[in-house]
Amino acid sequence: MSNLSNVIQNVFNEPGCNKNQGKSEKERKKGCTKQLQPGAAAGGCAFDGAKIALQPITDVAHLVHGPIACEGNSWDNRGAKSSASRLYRTGFTTDMNEQDIVFGGEKHLYKSIKEIVEKYNPPAVFVYQTCVPAMIGDDIEAVCKSASQKFGKPVIPINSPGFVGPKNLGNKLAGEAILEYVIGTEEPEYTTPYDINIIGEYNLSGELWQVKPLLDELGIRILACISGDARYHEVASSHRARAAMMVCSKAMINIARKMEERYAIPFFEGSFYGVSDMSESLREIARLLVERGAPEELKTRTETVIQREEARAWSRLASYRSRLEGKRVLLITGGVKSWSVVAALQEVGIEIVGTSTKKSTKEDKERIKELMGDNAHMFDDMTPREMYKMLKEARADIMLSGGRSQFVALKAKMPWLDINQERHHAYAGYEGMVDLVHEIDKALSNPVWEQVRRPAPWEIAVAEARRIAC
Amino acid sequence: MAKVSTSNKACMVNPLKMSQPVGGALAFMGVKGCMPLLHGSQGCTSFGLVLFVRHFREAIPLQTTAMSEVATVLGGLENVQQAVLNIANRAKPEIIGICSTGVTETKGDDVDGFIKLIRAKHPELDSIALVYVSTPDFKGAFQDGWAAAVNQMVETLVEPHSESAWRSRKINVLPGCHITPGDIEELREIIESFGLRPHFLPDLSGSLDGHIPEDFTPTTLGGVSVAEIRDMGSALATLAIGEQMRGAAISLEHKTGVPYKLFDRLTGLTATDDLIEYLSHIGGTPVPAKYRRQRSQLVDAMLDGHFHFGGKNVAIGAEPDLLWNIAGFLTEMGCHVTAAVTTTTSPVLESLPVEEVLIGDLEDLEQRAADADLLVTHSHGRQAAERLNIPFFRLGLPTFDRLGAGHLVSVGYRGTRNLIFDIGNLFMAGAHEPEPDSWPVVDESPQSELVQLNGGI
Repeated sequence: MSNLSNVIQNVFNEPGCNKNQGKSEKERKKGCTKQLQPGAAAGGCAFDGAKIALQPITDVAHLVHGPIACEGNSWDNRGAKSSASRLYRTGFTTDMNEQDIVFGGEKHLYKSIKEIVEKYNPPAVFVYQTCVPAMIGDDIEAVCKSASQKFGKPVIPINSPGFVGPKNLGNKLAGEAILEYVIGTEEPEYTTPYDINIIGEYNLSGELWQVKPLLDELGIRILACISGDARYHEVASSHRARAAMMVCSKAMINIARKMEERYAIPFFEGSFYGVSDMSESLREIARLLVERGAPEELKTRTETVIQREEARAWSRLASYRSRLEGKRVLLITGGVKSWSVVAALQEVGIEIVGTSTKKSTKEDKERIKELMGDNAHMFDDMTPREMYKMLKEARADIMLSGGRSQFVALKAKMPWLDINQERHHAYAGYEGMVDLVHEIDKALSNPVWEQVRRPAPWEIAVAEARRIAC
Repeated sequence: MAKVSTSNKACMVNPLKMSQPVGGALAFMGVKGCMPLLHGSQGCTSFGLVLFVRHFREAIPLQTTAMSEVATVLGGLENVQQAVLNIANRAKPEIIGICSTGVTETKGDDVDGFIKLIRAKHPELDSIALVYVSTPDFKGAFQDGWAAAVNQMVETLVEPHSESAWRSRKINVLPGCHITPGDIEELREIIESFGLRPHFLPDLSGSLDGHIPEDFTPTTLGGVSVAEIRDMGSALATLAIGEQMRGAAISLEHKTGVPYKLFDRLTGLTATDDLIEYLSHIGGTPVPAKYRRQRSQLVDAMLDGHFHFGGKNVAIGAEPDLLWNIAGFLTEMGCHVTAAVTTTTSPVLESLPVEEVLIGDLEDLEQRAADADLLVTHSHGRQAAERLNIPFFRLGLPTFDRLGAGHLVSVGYRGTRNLIFDIGNLFMAGAHEPEPDSWPVVDESPQSELVQLNGGI
């Protein structure tokens, strides 16, 4: 366990994170999130975070070492898509029982790995540690090491038990695990001056595929996406990329920064959400690749594609203007996504009446101000009750948020759109932003709103009587 | 008689089972003004929350004691206390239902002791009921957690009642976790037509039936009230639905003298006949005309439907009581249940109309379902159904890729009739059209297979 706490301290001390560097030594030790409040907490645990970060690697067997809750209550519930293997959607768990708790679960874990190798023969097995085996002292590193030797294939320990912290920490611990055990262990078949890594993109609803055709057109090869639609071999040989893009949030900043440190792969932080963000990201990719030796003409070609795609996207968006002008959006989401979509929404005349900045960094907040001016209503921690009130009083026409708060809007009989990880629509790239606006239009213009808000006839009579009595 | 066996694999593949604490939490969600609380790491709650949101498509009240690594080692008194105080302040509940988890059970937290200490220190919490149930993740399954939570509510909340006291025309109903909010509504209507007043514990039809509340509510939106639970001793009788509820029914009888009657199934003609006859008997009222009509409609549906059910092979993965209910019904319609996989032990398993029932996972079910005409299990069976390329009827929790999971009604004459239509339509849609080379029939005796095989080589 002391080993794990060292890793955690190391993760907390992230020089690539501005927010972290602004803190005192003491504050930094406490980590990057607020202390959880018993009875008033929401969100997943570190194990959840690690699984989210790595499960999109499609050909790996993801084995959860723990009691049934950790896998049984949650498996196959995320929208990361695969272009090939479906093994990542198979739920593997040791389903620890009382006997394991008393005698230790290491043998049980070893046998489970053996069965997986024999039955499914994946290129690698990832073993996720959870709270109960961490408590009783199951040494998953040792089991993985001996299983690796015995079966002649990588068996990777992901040491991120739920109780060490929140989801965000789990993302980073997952990053540490693949830095330690996976990246740099294999070699690509060939390399090109156009090889990049995309870090922190999970291919939810197939969003990577909204971007990939443009990269393909430019001759840019995704050597590895960490981890959306990735194969083990791609991640293992990702250290040969020329440049990297870190997508959104700082969830996997440790991977990007340490790969720069170890393999001299420069990276930038970008986003595929929003028209100008998308263009900026393409530009940065081209710039970094040229810096690393790709022919200069890549930049010109990139600009041509950007120009063409932007013109197309803006003209497609413009057609929504007459329908959406003046509509008011309440944008409840974490971090970087807030400002990424604001520009596109503004382009069609949508007004942002409020946005949550719970997970946003200081820079994020400044960008929001820049984009929205003084009208920017930023809520640091908006309670569901406040959201409900705002919608019920019709101070917003639609709420964009994650699945958890959807019923706040729906029960207020107000339109709602899912923009978090369980969503069914892809919103990345130029196509994605148009799709997002299309979805907003679809939600707002649905005839159900008028019907569901109408009181029952007998309620109208009662309200009328009350009005007269008053 | 079925042979009950347990999968001897070390690694569970594609779990059918879910854990006890979430089963317990769901039971608490059938109580009005309740905030269920899992004593564990915050992931335990977050996984449960997402599970129920996706199944019911409703906001789910569920909190966590947010145990950190250090708190787990030192013991969770402070976290439980803080959680209870925070919930009391923010959500103003009538009751907080606390379930333990794997991590706090491994440590051995004495939550009953914690509650005593918290009660002594915080008299302002006196008006809030606190019910604690032990539900370790590493034992049993969802159904066991539900049963344990209901039993604990009876033990903690129900007030003793003297045998000779006056009894109203009230009926306690203890539904198992396989009974949907829609089923509860149907049962309420049936019971009320006999002039009886049913009180359900838990009552998900008040909280997770998808109604629109007047205002924002952080706790459950409805359900049975704590006062109604306390007063369960004044009922005429208790109906327990599903073998899992026997324990709670017996506890209630011991405490209050209210006699119980267990219905292990409520889907099917004879199962419903038993219920109707019983209600008519204790209600002292004749069977209303509408049930004579509904019964007749069910008989007709069975006649129309048996062509499509007869001789079909069905593979089922479900918790014991749900399995017992659906396997019994399908067998009565002429199907053969050729594969049965379940999650936990139960006295009903041995009596299942199958050769073998396996406590296992969906990989086991998929392997046994190769020759099946229909797969019946929860939504996680979707990958298996796709690979097997056979019709798939989603049954049980979670059903996250279809609408209306909470309103699937399969109890009573009307519910059974609708189930015949739903499943019968799947059989009809999956029926094979005759082809020119459908005949003559290929000889399937083992010897000829051998010949064919050799010939092939």
